[in-house]
Amino acid sequence: MIFAAILAGGIGSRMGGTDTPKQFLELGSKPVIIHTIEKFVINDNIDEIIVLTPKNFINHTNHLIDKYIPNHKNIVVIEGGKTRNDTIMNSISYIEENHGIDEESIIITHDSVRPFLTHRIIEDNIEAAKKYGACDTVIPATDTIVESINAETIESIPVRDYYYQGQTPQSFNIKKLFNLINSLTEEESNILTDACKIFVLKDEDVHLVEGEVTNIKITYPYDLKLANTILEDIHD
Amino acid sequence: MINIVYRLKSPKFFEESIDEVELDGVIVRPTHLSICQADQRYYQGSRPANILDEKLPMAIIHEAIGEVVFDSEGNLKSGDRVVMIPNTPFGEDVYSPNYSYNSKFRGSGFDGFTSDLINLSPDRVVKIPDDFNLNVSAFIELISVAYQGISKFKQMAITPKDKLGVWGDGNLGFITTLLLKDLFPESKVMVFGKHQENLNLFSFADEIYRIHDVDDDVVVDHAFECVGSSASQSAIEQIIDIINPQGTINLFGVSEYPVPINTRMVLEKGLTIQGNSRSDRVDFVGVVETLKQNPQLFEHLEKLITNVCEINSLSDLKEAFDKDYISKFGKTILKWNI
Repeated sequence: MIFAAILAGGIGSRMGGTDTPKQFLELGSKPVIIHTIEKFVINDNIDEIIVLTPKNFINHTNHLIDKYIPNHKNIVVIEGGKTRNDTIMNSISYIEENHGIDEESIIITHDSVRPFLTHRIIEDNIEAAKKYGACDTVIPATDTIVESINAETIESIPVRDYYYQGQTPQSFNIKKLFNLINSLTEEESNILTDACKIFVLKDEDVHLVEGEVTNIKITYPYDLKLANTILEDIHD
Repeated sequence: MINIVYRLKSPKFFEESIDEVELDGVIVRPTHLSICQADQRYYQGSRPANILDEKLPMAIIHEAIGEVVFDSEGNLKSGDRVVMIPNTPFGEDVYSPNYSYNSKFRGSGFDGFTSDLINLSPDRVVKIPDDFNLNVSAFIELISVAYQGISKFKQMAITPKDKLGVWGDGNLGFITTLLLKDLFPESKVMVFGKHQENLNLFSFADEIYRIHDVDDDVVVDHAFECVGSSASQSAIEQIIDIINPQGTINLFGVSEYPVPINTRMVLEKGLTIQGNSRSDRVDFVGVVETLKQNPQLFEHLEKLITNVCEINSLSDLKEAFDKDYISKFGKTILKWNI
């Protein structure tokens, strides 16, 4: 089976003076999270969409889905975890309880605040996760990367050609991911904020899927304002 | 849902943009697109400046097939291959949708097919069989324009159809000749062109003439002008000279400039001049059926394909347009991977 996990657990501390988490703010005529979910709803390959939100937003998210995607099926909203990996683990636990975990099933994990994801990227993720067991969506780094340990002076300037910016989705063979997460020591768990990093740490290959410059994460008020301005321009 | 659209911002400059589409109707992922002269005129900036100002930014390209991703009515399955109809009627009309003031055309009145997904109403897609040649299917729209003109000709022509003349040795001339041979097997189809290397490909035509080398006794009953641009004038002049009385002249060629016509002889011969532009659903269905019944047509149509380009980025798209521009003949097919 193919599952999508929409990670909406964050509370958007960088979003400025708003109390509403950024995934629930309006982009065009709908909340950001609805745009993101719709990209998975139209993909026939996906068997179930698991939306993970803070506990106090579960009902709200359910209402939004009922309002904007009235004839939906196979969308479930459950509670996310404290960290990104906890949230992913919650989705895996849900899958284990409700479907069981087989050798073939894959999970596409995606930030709820990346509504500009394309159909092509989802398709490429499915293909790569099935074939290689793990993949990460990236674009080549365009700015020079500078490493500084002390935040005062440059330690090194790596060759840019070898560096990419990570986006999402990140997609995995569920069984492989489950086993790897369970094999982590507590110390390892604390430093591993990214699911792909778990694979890398355990010497497992993570295949690259080409992202898009447009597949931005809505992090700052500016991002949402810019997106809304572009949409309004078109509709004028 | 948010959709990513790749628009021509100004001549030779594409940019990514976003649009919002509703989850209703049919959502198609474009797979194979084909460049038309009209797209090339936007890309090169050869349309008048006020037109460019008014229409850009806009996604160009109106010839494409794709795979169904989602159908809110459930009539089409995900993965079904469809050809997309660029002409989109808005509201009821007494005119054919392709001539209506109330219709909008993709890649002209609104965004064309260079985007991640396309949202169309269910009557704007026509399913194509799995065994169709996909590169040829990419330009079914162009074939449907010839088909539409020939259908109108059938209704209009009252004199014998023994000798049908096609002027123009480009893509549309090639397709029109091929369709006439198929739809009027009893007629003699004669091609009049300028470029011998192009004319050599018209092996299915009954007779081929270089336009500067036509004997005085050559006549046609009806004519199809597929020349366009400033050369339309000399083509129409030659047609009027050699066409039999009460024949029809079917115009297909687009010109940016007004073309003088010898109306004295049009009157004297009682000729009918019919304009042709674009096509509608009935023509797409007609072409798909014709290709189903005559799969050998694919072999001929394949000869038109001069470039097949993999499009993974906007710079690939630019390169494909540049390649197409220097190709004097044939179609450039874009395999859409963006």
